[in-house]
Amino acid sequence: MSKVLVVTSGKGGVGKTTTTAALGAAIAQSGSSVCVVDFDVGLRNLDLVMGAERRVVYDLINVVCGDAKLSQAVIRDKRLPNLHLLPASQTRDKDALTDAGVARVMDELRQKFDWVICDSPAGIERGATLAMRHADVAVVVTNPEVSSVRDSDRIIGLLDSKTIKAEKGETLDKHLILTRYDAARAARGDMLKVEDVLEILSLPLLAIIPDSQEVLRASNVGCPVTLNNPLSAPARAYADAVRRLQGETVPMSVLSDRRSFLERSFLDKFFARRAA
Amino acid sequence: MNLLSFLKVRQTAPLARERLQLIIAHERAEVGRSQLVDILREEILAVIAKHIAIDRDKVQVRVEQGQEVSTLDLDIELPVNFNAKKAA
Repeated sequence: MSKVLVVTSGKGGVGKTTTTAALGAAIAQSGSSVCVVDFDVGLRNLDLVMGAERRVVYDLINVVCGDAKLSQAVIRDKRLPNLHLLPASQTRDKDALTDAGVARVMDELRQKFDWVICDSPAGIERGATLAMRHADVAVVVTNPEVSSVRDSDRIIGLLDSKTIKAEKGETLDKHLILTRYDAARAARGDMLKVEDVLEILSLPLLAIIPDSQEVLRASNVGCPVTLNNPLSAPARAYADAVRRLQGETVPMSVLSDRRSFLERSFLDKFFARRAA
Repeated sequence: MNLLSFLKVRQTAPLARERLQLIIAHERAEVGRSQLVDILREEILAVIAKHIAIDRDKVQVRVEQGQEVSTLDLDIELPVNFNAKKAA
């Protein structure tokens, strides 16, 4: 039984594409076949984060319009043979994504893959609602920051009203991934705590991804963070998220690959003074 | 920054949390209200359409939220010969 998962957030720049790539690679590593689909027409980036930008020939819109077969557009990952990418179009207008066309492509993807992971564009417009439309599972990506939390609340409202599952009166499985979390700043009272965000959004927590330089390093080289440095804190947090998605019970903790708080605050203050 | 001003720095996260709770409660109510207006509009249209052929665009449904009372405002423009269908 295949599953369609949407990675969404409302706000841009919170880590949807990073999360899509990381979850996709981790699920593929666990043995399931996966296709990650970029819905961000005109601003595609999943290809770049996955390191497949020079291999794009056909895209989602070509398949939706019937100009290319799904098998022609899907790119197989060079590192993991059961990981695939369906890129977005960089040039065509997103109005070319028709409801019926997307429904047909999603059906075909469901038949071919165990997991279909849709990377939603930012915003609450058509692209975002189309990306979530066919989902069985939703992952809402949020930063511990006021604008991101507010936008996530809007997106949760859309997940509860605009998806096929919601329209049928069924419940859509929704999860929260909190990204760019800094436990030390939260402890100092300078950042919303995990509990604050959970209380406001009332979604079950799937993972806490610590703020880490490994995320940027991975995107620099075009490799999902879960593959690029599997031992890093964000990679382990995403791997745990995948185990939870697959039904395992994994204890939740804020992982870190940083120096200890004491070390850091002393050194940071020292260098901040030197720099000032 | 001397030690005294460093100690005076307030925690900002509690304020973020409070502001978010307020604005999100407000926005959820707003969205709920606009969904209610959509439902009312559709159901009112259906009732009227059973008896009179009306233009969908000529039906306005508004909910005004006041301090003391809230009002539901219906503005339905009927066609000139709206009795014709009934007579036929």
